Order: sequence, then C-alpha cells, then structure tokens
Amino acid sequence: MASIEVRKDTCIGCGECVPACPFGAILMEDSMAVISDECTLCGACESSCSYGAIIIRTGETGTTEIDQYSGIMVLAEQRDGTIDHSTLELLGEARRLAEADGSSVSVILLTGEAGDWPAKLISYGADTVYLAEDTQLKHFRTEPFSRIAERLIIEKIPAVVLAAATTTGRDLMPRIAKNLNTGLTADCTELAIDPETGGLLQTRPAFGGNILATIVCSGTRPQMATVRPRVMKALDPDENRSGKLEKIDLSSSDLESRTEVLEFNPLDEGEVDITEAEVIVSGGRGLKSPENFALLQELAGLLDGSVGASRAAVDAGWISYPHQVGQTGKTVQPKTYIACGISGAVQHRVGMQSSDIILAVNKDETAPIFEFCDVGFVGDLFEIIPFVIKEIKRRRK
Amino acid sequence: MRIVVAVKQVPDTSEVRIDEERGTLIREGVPSILNPFDEYALEEALRWRDELGGTVTVMTMGPPQAEAVLREAVSMGADEAVLLSDRAFAGADTWATSHTLAKAVEKMGNVDIVMTGKQAIDGDTAQTGPSIAASLDWPQVTFVGFVRELNQNSIIAERYVEGGCEVIRSSLPVVITVLKDANTPRLPSLKGKMKSRKIEIPVWGREDLELQEDEVGLDGSPTRVVKIRTPEIISNGDIHHGEPEVLAKLLVDSLLGREVE
Repeated sequence: MASIEVRKDTCIGCGECVPACPFGAILMEDSMAVISDECTLCGACESSCSYGAIIIRTGETGTTEIDQYSGIMVLAEQRDGTIDHSTLELLGEARRLAEADGSSVSVILLTGEAGDWPAKLISYGADTVYLAEDTQLKHFRTEPFSRIAERLIIEKIPAVVLAAATTTGRDLMPRIAKNLNTGLTADCTELAIDPETGGLLQTRPAFGGNILATIVCSGTRPQMATVRPRVMKALDPDENRSGKLEKIDLSSSDLESRTEVLEFNPLDEGEVDITEAEVIVSGGRGLKSPENFALLQELAGLLDGSVGASRAAVDAGWISYPHQVGQTGKTVQPKTYIACGISGAVQHRVGMQSSDIILAVNKDETAPIFEFCDVGFVGDLFEIIPFVIKEIKRRRK
Repeated sequence: MRIVVAVKQVPDTSEVRIDEERGTLIREGVPSILNPFDEYALEEALRWRDELGGTVTVMTMGPPQAEAVLREAVSMGADEAVLLSDRAFAGADTWATSHTLAKAVEKMGNVDIVMTGKQAIDGDTAQTGPSIAASLDWPQVTFVGFVRELNQNSIIAERYVEGGCEVIRSSLPVVITVLKDANTPRLPSLKGKMKSRKIEIPVWGREDLELQEDEVGLDGSPTRVVKIRTPEIISNGDIHHGEPEVLAKLLVDSLLGREVE
C-alpha cells in the first residue's frame, strides 16, 4: 500500500511544503512537517521540498517493456464528412513533440467515407494514416470505435495516444485507457517531453482552473491524453509531405454495438454553437437579471456574434448552460470576446483566455478581468453598451 | 429497476481563492459539497424510480467524512447508501477510482443503471463514468441532458455533443453520465432528512471488495501528479476611465477600427 513519510533527520521545518499542498494536509509541529489524514498522496509536496525530506512510497508496479513503445498516435474525429479542426491541431502538436525524439506520428481515421482526407491528414503532419472505412462508422459509437482503436494500439504499440477533449474524445478515451490498463489525463492544455525520462508531461487545469497540474504516466504505456480544442496550433498543410496509408481490416464483430444512434438533431438556428462564433458578447453577475441579456443579444446580433455567459450568470438562472464559458462550461477562442459585468475569475478565464482580443466592461476597476484583458473600460455596462449599439449603427449608416 | 448513483464530495471550487503573494490555493473555509453535476444524476435516478419503482442506491469513494454527501443524497430521496472507504484507496486516479466503484457495483449485484455526473468540479476529468462502463463491460451513454424513455430492457437518452443532440438507444445494464441543467434537483424532504439521520451506511474497504493492493489507490493508479502551479496572468492591456459615451466610442474603435475623421 502506498504511503507518505517525512524524514525526521532531513526535514528542517522550513514550511515550504505547507502552501504547496492543495489539500491543506500539512501542518508544522515542533519545526517538522506533519501529514494529516486529509492527504490524498497527490505528490505536490514531494517536489516542493528542497531537501528531499518528503517521500511517497508506492507498491511494486511492474514496468513492462516500456521501451518497446514508440511514436505518437492521434485519434481523428470526423463529423458530417469533415475532419474536426481539433484533429489538425493534435497533428501539429504531435509533430512538435515528435521532433523532440525523432519519433513518428500516426493517425487513426474511423469513418463512413474517407474521401481525400487521408492525404490531407498527411499534409497536416501524419506519417501514417490507419484507415477503417465502413458505412457503419459514419456516426460515432463508443463500442466499435473503442474496440477497433484498442486493437490497433495493441498491434502498433505507440508510446503516446492523443484525442481531442471533445464529447467524442472524452467518451472514447477513458474506455480505451481502462481496457488497456494504462493512464489517461483529461483536457490537457500543455504537453511536453521530459528530457530526462522521455515521458510525456501532461499539464491541465484543475480545481476550477485555479491550478495547473502536471501529470505523468510513468509505469504503463501508452501514455494517453485528451487535449483541449483550440489550444494547440495546427501546421500549415504541406502538399509535398509524404506518408503512407494502411487499411484496417474489419470483421462484422468489430462493428457490433449495444447502443444505436436513433436520430441527430442539429442545433436550432439562432442557437449558434458559441465555440464556432467569431465574436462573443458575454455577460456575468453584473447583468443582474435575465431580461438584461437582451441588451447583449442586440450587440451580438449587430456583430454577427453569439452570447456567452459566466458561471455566475448561468447558476443564477439568467441564461442556459449551453452559453456558459469557463472551466465547467465551454472553451472558446473567438476573434473578439467582449466581457460585460464579468469579474474574470480563473474559472472563467481558462475558457476564454485564448481569444484574439478581449474587451472588458466592468464598473469595478479592481476586477481581475482588467489584469488580462486587452482593452478595458471601467464603467457601468448599462450606460456604455447602449451607446456602443448606437455608435455601431451610426457608423454603419 | 435498480439504479446506482456514483457521487463525489468536492471542495466548492468557486470558493477557492489564490494567495496572491505565495501563488497557492487558499482552502481554509472552503466548504465541502456534493458535486453539483452529481445532483442532476441523482435527480434523474429518483425521477425514474418514482415512475417505475425500484431502488436508488447512492455510493461514493472517499475518506470517512465523505459520508456527509451520502446523507445529503438520502435526504433528497435515495433509498440506500454505501461508503467505499479505506486508507488504501487514497491517491486514486480515474483508473483506480472507476475500478473500485465498478467492483462495488458488482458486489451489489443486479444493478440496471449506474448514473453519475458528467464530471466532478475539482478534477474536471469526466473520465470516471466511461471508465466504470469499461470495467463492467457495459455500454455507456455520456453527456446526457435528458432521459426520454426507460423500461426493463432499454433506455433512450439525449446526448448533447458539438453542434447538436444525438438520440441514443442502449440496452441495459448501462452507465449514464448526466449534464448540468438535465433537470431541477429536488430539495431534501422532511421525511428524507429524518431518514438521512437514522440510516446505517455500510462501509466497504479493499478486502470487502476483494481487490488487491496494486489495484487500488495510488498503487493502482497509472498516472501521478508531479507538479502543481498557479496559472500566470497573460497580458496587461489598456484600461480606460471616463464618461460612458466616450468609453463606448473607444470600444467601437477597438471593434471596428478607428473611425476615419
């Protein structure tokens, strides 16, 4: 059984580990760190101690044949015959990671109809495309997709497997990781290769975005991660890149499923998916009531944009959850993000900080949003926004 | 119909503050709550139990004090509760957590549905639900906003994905993960509150679940946290003060480019 120990002869009672603990589980008693029952063995203190006085012991976990695994495999995502942009971002990131140790990048495409996508995936950075094409793979279904991917992973033994942290990736990857008895890190925003171990350093926001945790999977392979869309950069396609296409043979048992898709209902018009919007006008606690979102709606309409909201506004019931931006809502990266009456707590920031330009209107000049917006306006949104609407209409005349 | 709802006790992350000087989390005074997403899963389970009959069993894995969220769930209407608690479970990642929860479902026997929140607000992984399904070799329907139909053999649920809503039919048994806004969670009833005070909650440890040491907790976890840091602030922009009309013009300049005079 795993345990944590403070070495009495080494601990000098400096107290550095106390604030490093996200669980408040370390106390200082008689100039010595003492670990309380709140401890979850997360490991944060172990690396914070400059004296090597905190040791976490784990039981024996066999490290089997890790060296045999190599290369980075990306699970492609396709919807309505088009590859999702997140797949291209993953290929760009995989390429960047592969440069570190000269390994190869492959991609699995499970699809109803491949079209010219295999060649495009190569132009975006894949060395090998593994293709399974069957009309029954037109819609994502957990069981056939995980079954085929698992078999291929066992056969090709990649060191790293990446998928987008979309509803598809987050449905599929945990199932694969559990079945392959390996580790999975959710919704990563940074990936790097540890120069010492060659392992994958997987960094992701946790605790509502209040902290960034770096996670490793040292004893098992492959190292699996889902990656937040719109964070990594896709490469410019290079038509001259060469790569190979390998078809995956399918049997009827591969395609069996206990679930079936009965229908697919696209979002209603006007109910635009905010992750696709180029302009987002977002409201927070400062909006004060559901009716006031009409003001933001009017501004968004003028700018061909969508309306977003902070968790505070959604929790207050002023606007529905699909509009929520932030750690527990959606991640957006519009060209322009206009935050109205939003304080800018980390929980919100992690969902919109990659926007090209962030404008903020807030009457509290100490609001955190003013620390990271590009242009801030200190004032009452109910006074400023109506003038903004008027001014846009005037200039367009 | 026997429905098990897997819940988690979490710190209320909206109350967590950063110590600006030291760049660390301030957890003092941060309340522990029932994971908000799990409330919707519980309500969905209670709603169908009320319609079809059967039992709702709520379970959690955590330290002894996690029992509080089980009692809260009972006060809302859950029939039974089980606490999975053992020092050996500490440090579990989603692999080890789902492995332990799945063993508990097997031990209960004859379970038709496992429901859980889409994600927990402390870890935000959304991995435990699908991993339970994998451990049990059951089908899964994730990101469910509404359960349309349920009978002894199958379930029809609306799954919210990018760009729309899939309507999925699955055979039972099945694991369902539930979104926020799926329903309106009920408030505890007086009868429920009385029951929650009296109910005996069994505690199952590693040996009760016939699990080996290397399958649970930190030892059973393929992943490990090696570093924690606070996110850095990205940029410092121009901050304008002044009359609303002037600010509005500057804002429109930023949006449309400066007006040519």
